[in-house]
Amino acid sequence: MATPFTRSALDHELQNIRDDVLRLGSLVEEQTERAVRALKDRNLDLARQVVAVDERVNQLRYKIEEQCLTTIARQQPAAADLRLIVASMHMAVEMERMADHAAGIGSVVIRMGHEPLLKPLIDIPRMQIICCEMLHQAMEAYIKGDVPLARAVVKRDEEVDQLYNQVLRELITYMIGDPRTTTRATYLLWVAHNLERTADRVTNLCERIQFAVTGELGDLAPEEDEN
Amino acid sequence: MTDTVPPANVPAREAAPPVSAGALTAKMHVDNLSVFYGSFRAVAEVTLPIYDRRITAIIGPSGCGKSTLLRSLNRMNELVPSARIEGHIALDGNDIYAPGVDPVLVRRRVGMVFQKPNPFPKSIHENIAYGIRLYNGHMSRSELDDRVVHSLKRAALWDEVKDKLKQSAYALSGGQQQRLCIARTIAAEPEVVLMDEPCSALDPVATLKIEELMQELKQDYTIVIVTHNMQQAARVSDYTVMMMMRPDRAGEMIEFDETQVIFTKPRDKRTEDYVSGRFG
Ligand SMILES: Nc1ncnc2c1ncn2[C@@H]1O[C@H](COP(=O)(O)OP(=O)(O)O)[C@@H](O)[C@H]1O
Ligand SMILES: [Mg+2]
Repeated sequence: MATPFTRSALDHELQNIRDDVLRLGSLVEEQTERAVRALKDRNLDLARQVVAVDERVNQLRYKIEEQCLTTIARQQPAAADLRLIVASMHMAVEMERMADHAAGIGSVVIRMGHEPLLKPLIDIPRMQIICCEMLHQAMEAYIKGDVPLARAVVKRDEEVDQLYNQVLRELITYMIGDPRTTTRATYLLWVAHNLERTADRVTNLCERIQFAVTGELGDLAPEEDEN
Repeated sequence: MTDTVPPANVPAREAAPPVSAGALTAKMHVDNLSVFYGSFRAVAEVTLPIYDRRITAIIGPSGCGKSTLLRSLNRMNELVPSARIEGHIALDGNDIYAPGVDPVLVRRRVGMVFQKPNPFPKSIHENIAYGIRLYNGHMSRSELDDRVVHSLKRAALWDEVKDKLKQSAYALSGGQQQRLCIARTIAAEPEVVLMDEPCSALDPVATLKIEELMQELKQDYTIVIVTHNMQQAARVSDYTVMMMMRPDRAGEMIEFDETQVIFTKPRDKRTEDYVSGRFG
């Protein structure tokens, strides 16, 4: 009677949760990449696909939440197991919102139609690449329980913020210079803003990873430099 | 139960502050306690506060000395001739093992409820009256009756038994019998109540009733419970003591903390494994 539940059933359910969180992570990564590619290539079909696939993301998020609830109810996990489950639930919600940002970019591309771009895209694709790398590494930190890696990911949010500010300043100069560019500038601003929010949400994922590993809740500040 | 008027000689006490409240008083203090059965050391060097009007759960694998530790808190271990202790246990700052201390008085202040409900083969009324008479001198019939009623109400059993006080306690269900035993224990007006796996013979509904009762009782009593059911410890207790056997089979305390910490982020890897079901 020392063990009130069978460990192997719990391990199995935890593995399913982890697998689905990873699947959600790669789906969101793909959505973000495709949304920005649709913008670069002015591919309306691809943009529509991104918007349509968002429904699948929502379903996967609810599936993960349900699995977590069931596991809590049936297995009564404690300590690290419980923390992993609770962290996974939060992460699923967070990633679903990240996919909303990708779908948001898709909608902007659809609204832009075939109107020419205000300016060549340079910083926005870079923001997307960093966002996807951050998300990828966050998933790695989640699976490995690697808090230093999660902390390193958080640090990269600064790069995205800097690019966002750069895009913002540049677009404002266009708008001031020629108010007729406002609409087209606003499109790109929306896109950049969605990516900036995506990176913010990756830092939230990293905080949940820290919680799963250490039990500490709260900001995951980048580690102070040693020198 | 709030409408119950306590008999005059039961001092009214303030409601217990929430667990998070700063000032906690240790009702008992276990200091470097070892318990031996002959030459076998069953409990080794346990130091532990038992907080006033809180529920402390003792958990750990079978044979790690939980019951032995519990029984040492009211000198019940002395009923085993080979048993002896080293170290100290204080109740309100006074050593309960000091020479000249009457173990019967210790057991009046620190009552005990056992694993199997063990009512006497007598009426419900007689069972409680026994608990009262055990430690009190003569009292009038009406005073005794009042206190029987009070104890039954306090143990949340009154509504179920008020019409059958003269019936045998054996006619009650297992859960009711256990609440009767709790009523009998608190009829003696203890300050601390020890419970050794009080629900292990009960079904889930009866178990929940006992757990509810414990929450009610902790307003007035300090409770220490041994349980092999970790979910029960997580549900009912404020503090948890995690025990484990050393290689020499002596039981030691490996972690003591707020229950919420033990079940969400324990410090010791062995506690983590145990509460996660990874033990054994
Ligand atoms: N009366 C006794 N005489 C000798 N050894 C005992 C006695 N009671 C318990 N023990 C031994 O002490 C150890 C702790 O027992 P116990 O306190 O009952 O553990 P737990 O309650 O954690 O299962 C065990 O090894 C047990 O065999
Ligand atoms: Mg025992």
